[in-house]
Amino acid sequence: METDGARPTVAARAAGAQAAGMALTALKPRPPAGGSGLRRRRRLTLLGLVVAVVAGSLLSVAVGAKAIPLDTVWHALTAATGTEDDVVVLQLRLPRTLFGLLVGAALGMAGALIQGHTRNPLADPGLLGVNAGAGFLVVVAIYLLGVTTPLGYVWFALLGALAAGVFVFAVGSAGRGGPTPVTLALAGAAVTALLTALTSSVILLDVDTLDAYRFWVVGSLAGRDLEIVAQVWWLLAAGAVIALATAPALNALSLGDDVARSLGFSVGRTRLLGILAITLLAGTATAMCGPIAFLGLVVPHVVRSLTGPDYRWLLPCSAVAGAVLLVLADVLGRIVVRPGELQVGIVLALVGGPFFIALVRRRALAAV
Amino acid sequence: MAAPTTVRAPRAALVPGRTPLRIGPVSTVVRLRAAAVVVVGLVVVVLALAVNLGLGEYPISVPDVLAVLLGGGNGGQRLVVLDLRLPRSLTGALVGAALAVSGAITQSIARNPLASPDIIGLTAGATVGAVLVIVFAGAGGAVGGATAAVGIPVAALLGGLLTAALIYGLAWRRGLQGFRLVLVGVGVNAMLVALIQWMLVVTGVYQAARAYVWLNGSLNGRGWEHVWPVAVALAVLVPAALVLAHVLGALQYGDDTARGLGIRVDRSRSVLLLVAVCLASVAAAAAGPIAFVALVAPQIAQRLTGIARPPITGSLVVGAVLTVVADILARTALGGTELPVGIVTAVIGAPYLLFLLARHRRRSRG
Repeated sequence: METDGARPTVAARAAGAQAAGMALTALKPRPPAGGSGLRRRRRLTLLGLVVAVVAGSLLSVAVGAKAIPLDTVWHALTAATGTEDDVVVLQLRLPRTLFGLLVGAALGMAGALIQGHTRNPLADPGLLGVNAGAGFLVVVAIYLLGVTTPLGYVWFALLGALAAGVFVFAVGSAGRGGPTPVTLALAGAAVTALLTALTSSVILLDVDTLDAYRFWVVGSLAGRDLEIVAQVWWLLAAGAVIALATAPALNALSLGDDVARSLGFSVGRTRLLGILAITLLAGTATAMCGPIAFLGLVVPHVVRSLTGPDYRWLLPCSAVAGAVLLVLADVLGRIVVRPGELQVGIVLALVGGPFFIALVRRRALAAV
Repeated sequence: MAAPTTVRAPRAALVPGRTPLRIGPVSTVVRLRAAAVVVVGLVVVVLALAVNLGLGEYPISVPDVLAVLLGGGNGGQRLVVLDLRLPRSLTGALVGAALAVSGAITQSIARNPLASPDIIGLTAGATVGAVLVIVFAGAGGAVGGATAAVGIPVAALLGGLLTAALIYGLAWRRGLQGFRLVLVGVGVNAMLVALIQWMLVVTGVYQAARAYVWLNGSLNGRGWEHVWPVAVALAVLVPAALVLAHVLGALQYGDDTARGLGIRVDRSRSVLLLVAVCLASVAAAAAGPIAFVALVAPQIAQRLTGIARPPITGSLVVGAVLTVVADILARTALGGTELPVGIVTAVIGAPYLLFLLARHRRRSRG
């Protein structure tokens, strides 16, 4: 790529760091990290996250409301004979683990993307109106068509999320200069408020709709049909591919639109692709499990403090970290109030909140 | 003899289009456009209030309403307007103003247009207090009842103030940094919202429905006892905010520049934050968390006045206009059924902000 030669020159002049944009966007100027030290830390981070995701998945299969000994779990996984324990492991725990991994990864990556594209540390994947759009069409589906199963919600939620994302992008970019971070964020907040208000008015009209909606809106991995994954996995894959492909351009964009342009990146196209990826990832995740707040906001902050702001590392690491966090939160939700369970969205916020605050207090987080 | 005339007060350089106004040691810039926004806004507030006061089962024309407000009118009209309808409308206007000023302050402190009290957890704190009472004390839906009339506002106020203290305590670490404050607030907000959702899931569907009405912000059945706390809070806190407004201007340029300009950054920011917290909590206690006003009113005011940051008086007026107009629509849009006002503030505020965003871009193109 022709720009590969140009980028280090700028970065070296600006910060003396190897990764483009690292010290420029850091809140506190850090000492220039030695290339090898940073590289090792990033590799260790990715390795640690992969180990954690494997451990979390095993935990998620092994732990639940019904106490099943480990050897029985192993037996169910390797040589199922259709006993009750086998059914629990294979048809309840395995699917929800898969849902947790996919949704967590999608939200983690979407969170890193949206914070990069809006250059706003407060942005979460729901900012583009994705969650509100999904919620509105789900409520309409419940109210007008009487849909009440997670499988039935999926395409309504997806359609609502995509429509809201496209609309926000269109409004935010009305003008030749294209979308700026501030107009995108504000347009997203406005559309979210509008759609939330419309959702609320339907809910207030009909108490049965409220009854179904209040369980959808907390976000849960329980009772989801594997059929959902079969229907939407390719949307997640497309979103992830687009996101990873635009990572170098997003690095340049974080130096400012003008610098990115002078480095030969097309600002408008990068942002369009980025918004498309966010909408695909976050919209599909919301369609699968309901809106899960906070994950997409926190994960990039945590990961950024380990990998630095290079999106080629930040995006994949955020995805893995999101998967870990969501699966672990789900496990926790299953064991704290046995034999019932706490929805994963609630656990995530209640456990993740204090952790996030501790992190914010402990170190100056790098600005986006 | 040294010429004393050389020692003069330094003359501020005149900027074209900025007329300075000096009274003794105080000087300020006269911004005609900002002043016009405030004046026009006030006129619109009064007219909208008059329209709102005339609406209802016993309709009264706008001139008659204005006459009653100025001391005229017959006995029946006076009873309906002053005792029955004025408290509700006035609560709306004052709550909108309080939320808007609160939002203008938090957005300026954080230098982030998204940092409204809704997002950094202040409103959620008040909501947790109120929902706690509605869900576990069984109040809020049934008409009357001391728990509903006193318990909910007090719980909301306490919830808001406690949350603010918590956020402040957690964010303080060798000084208060706007960025850290907002992020801590976001963390606290997520926990509180989860708590609210959990309460709505574990409770019965009818308590949940009542809580939803409160969550959307409602002006239904508001009396003078709701007007006074907000009015007093505005009367005390808005002047304080105006005195400190220059701090907000300096904070726009970053902490170091503000310190260089001679501002005690941490102290001023703490005081301003306290003002914002009190306004948001009192407003939520009076009418529930009316959505979006605190975010959108300062942004609209900023774009109307053409000032580089959310202006305080401008936001105050825009917030009042937005809430009163929303209240009129909430009462009339669906005929008999009354919508919670918080729904309508979003429905009219959001498109207007979108319009301003689009228009701004188109104009800057040409």
